Formats: sequence, C-alpha cells, structure tokens
Amino acid sequence: MQFFGSSEISPSPPAPTASGNNAHMMYVFNRNGVCLLYREWNRPLRTLDAQQDQKLMFGLLFSLKSLTAKMDPTTAEKGNLGVPQLPGQGCSFHSFRTNTYKLSFMETPSGIKLILVTHPRTGDLREPLKYIYNLYVEYVAKNPLYTPGTPIKCELFNTSLDQYVRSIA
Amino acid sequence: MATIYSLYVINKSGGLIFYKDYGSAGRMDTNDSLRMASLWHSMHAISQQLSPISGCYGIELLQADTFDLHCFQSLTGTKFFVVCDTGTQHMEGLLKHIYELYTDYVLKNPFYEMEMPIRCELFDIKLSQAIQKDSVALLGR
Repeated sequence: MQFFGSSEISPSPPAPTASGNNAHMMYVFNRNGVCLLYREWNRPLRTLDAQQDQKLMFGLLFSLKSLTAKMDPTTAEKGNLGVPQLPGQGCSFHSFRTNTYKLSFMETPSGIKLILVTHPRTGDLREPLKYIYNLYVEYVAKNPLYTPGTPIKCELFNTSLDQYVRSIA
Repeated sequence: MATIYSLYVINKSGGLIFYKDYGSAGRMDTNDSLRMASLWHSMHAISQQLSPISGCYGIELLQADTFDLHCFQSLTGTKFFVVCDTGTQHMEGLLKHIYELYTDYVLKNPFYEMEMPIRCELFDIKLSQAIQKDSVALLGR
C-alpha cells in the first residue's frame, strides 16, 4: 500500500474554504535541505535573495519541528531540544498563521517537505498537500530522467501543480 | 476539550518572565522552558522575514498534531503564548484578558522591575481564576 493510498492520482479532493487570490508561493525540500522546487505566484515582498530565503525557510521549519516535538503536552518522555528527529517521530506541526499569511507544511516519511504559503483565511490544507505529493510521485519520482536530490525541472509537474493550486486558492 | 496546558510570557528581548503549567504530561523544568521561550522568540521574528506581504507581525497561531499554540504580541514586544488542545476557540480573547491582568497586577506594581521574571502573587491568583473560568465556560458550551 502506498503511504497515501492509491497510486492513481485520485480526483481533486473538495477545496477547503478560501476566498480571494491565488496562493503566494510553494517550496519543496528534501531531507538534506536541498530546495527541490520554489514556485512563486504572488509575492509582492521579497526581503532576501532566493538562496538565503530558501535556507531561512528550511531553518525555520527545522527549528519549529524541534520546538513542536519538545512542546508536546501529551507525552512526558521527550528528547532534548535540538536532537535530530526522524520524519514522523515526535509531534509535528502542520500549519501556522500570521496576520499576513498562512503556511501549511507536510513531511513525508522519505523526508520530502512540502510548504505552501497562502493568505491567512485559508482552511486546512493537509489533504491538498497530500494530493500535491501524489503529483510529485507521479510526475517527478517516476520520471526516469529525474535525479533525486536535484532541483525539479519537470514541465508536466509544474503545469499540473499550477492548475491544482489555482483550483484550491 | 477546552484544555489549557501551559502559559508563557516573554519580554521584548526574548527572555522568559513567566511560565505556568496547568497540568500537562509534558511539564518542563526551568532550563527547558527558558530555551523554548527563546526559541519561540526567534521563530516569531524569522516568520516576519519570510512574509510575502509587508506588515507581518509574526506567528499568531501554530497548529500541531496534538496541540495548538496561540500567541499574542503587545505593542511593546511582550509576547503571551498559550499551549492548548487542538481546536480550542476564543484563545485570542483569553490572551487579551491575560494582557489586561498583566498591565493591572504586574506593570502597576511599584516593586516590579521591567523585563524581570514576574513574582506577583495577585497576578498568579487572578490568572488562575481567569483560566479556570475559561475552561468551565468553554466546557459548558
């Protein structure tokens, strides 16, 4: 059984409650912190250059995961802060919201991290992120010309991703 | 359902000035709570840097598998954040109420030194009352 169910791309899950513009941007990282994909649809403000921005994003997520695992109020036995966690080990966050954006996060067992930045009133994006992971599996992982660990340059993936994100945001 | 696990108050430099645990299994010792507070302060600041739109004030809500974290930042940079059960409503109202209690019982206390750990008995008492009342009110819904 695949981690997320069938190997076919199932029909789009119902869109979460959202209104207004498209999503802002999307990042995909692998377990080593290499940014496999950075897609930008609507980003009026850019404070850092692309490289720094991606490193900062990865660092933020890594630290937030560490904080969430330690902050978990339901388990008593936790490792020390900063101990590297395996994907799926310990409590992990799935989204955070500020007054200007909402960041939705998903990590797969293979360490692929999917991040989608949308406007603050977006609903729960866990199912759409799973769908996007399925797109990644079909168009990228199964692409014989793609080398794992390198930036994604698959046209079909980009177009189907754009199309899907437009339908949910 | 309306379970509040813990409350942290951090000063504008990121130092922990108040930590109270209301009965979670993951109660932390002093050093850990200090580290968590500083870590949260930094993450809050970095999240402002990564905003695609200008005018970001930092993380207000963090949703995890087993808990939610609501954060309120005052205009002076003091942050109040509460760890509660997933899906708990009206935490923003509670945090604003806690901020009021802070201004009344801590800031107006002539013996309290700014940015230092809070050691005001009345603040503790009123805070416990507010949290109990909130839990009861929310459960009764």
